[in-house]
Amino acid sequence: MGNGTSIGRVRGLGSAKQGPHHWLLQRFTAVGNLLLLGFFVVSLLLLPDLSYASVVEWIARPVPATAMALLVISVFWHARLGLQVVIEDYVHEAGNYFALIIALNLALFGGAAFGVFSIIRLALGGAA
Amino acid sequence: MANRPLSPHLQVYKWGPHMAASIFHRATGSALSLAALPVLLWWLGALASGPDAYATFSAVATSWIGIIVLIGISWSFFHHSVSGIRHFVLDLGAGFELKANRAGSVATFVIALVLTAAFWAAILL
Repeated sequence: MGNGTSIGRVRGLGSAKQGPHHWLLQRFTAVGNLLLLGFFVVSLLLLPDLSYASVVEWIARPVPATAMALLVISVFWHARLGLQVVIEDYVHEAGNYFALIIALNLALFGGAAFGVFSIIRLALGGAA
Repeated sequence: MANRPLSPHLQVYKWGPHMAASIFHRATGSALSLAALPVLLWWLGALASGPDAYATFSAVATSWIGIIVLIGISWSFFHHSVSGIRHFVLDLGAGFELKANRAGSVATFVIALVLTAAFWAAILL
């Protein structure tokens, strides 16, 4: 594999040099998702029921609250990376691509912030 | 876009489990992002908002359409997880032999369906 042609480098074409970082982050967050979602699914199955009282009592405890906050971060990060690739593959018009990437970042950062805030509120007893 | 010649489209390829595994990995990942994450946020937000909001969430989640959506989300989750573990194996450079790759692809679908069934059995039984 070469480094492309000289004129190509001058024009700034070719790879953006961010691929390996994206690829690794997708896998780091995937490992995080497996661990944290495994914890989440097993915890849900172990709860006596899914009533408000049972779930709040569980999620307000320190370990579940920490795990759920980390879960939200890991899962939303993973989704952001994955949807970015989907957009890059299917949206070829530069303006649409730019708009979708902005919308993606706003939606997933905003969603993650809302999720983490909700968990913190439950953990600190603000909802009780 | 310039009117350039196109590479062969999906329909010229013969379907196989490997191709299905790849397509389903992307489809379930997209579905999880677009459907499961909003439901997760609704659930967390309802918990943080109080019993009334949680009652609204529960009513929708246990309606027949809610159950269908939740079954779809749980299957997508198990499929994407099992398929993702298969990708870790492929990342190691293993499992690319024709028979092993085919078997791994088929196993992904079977294991995901079994896990989804087991999950709902554990909840309902």
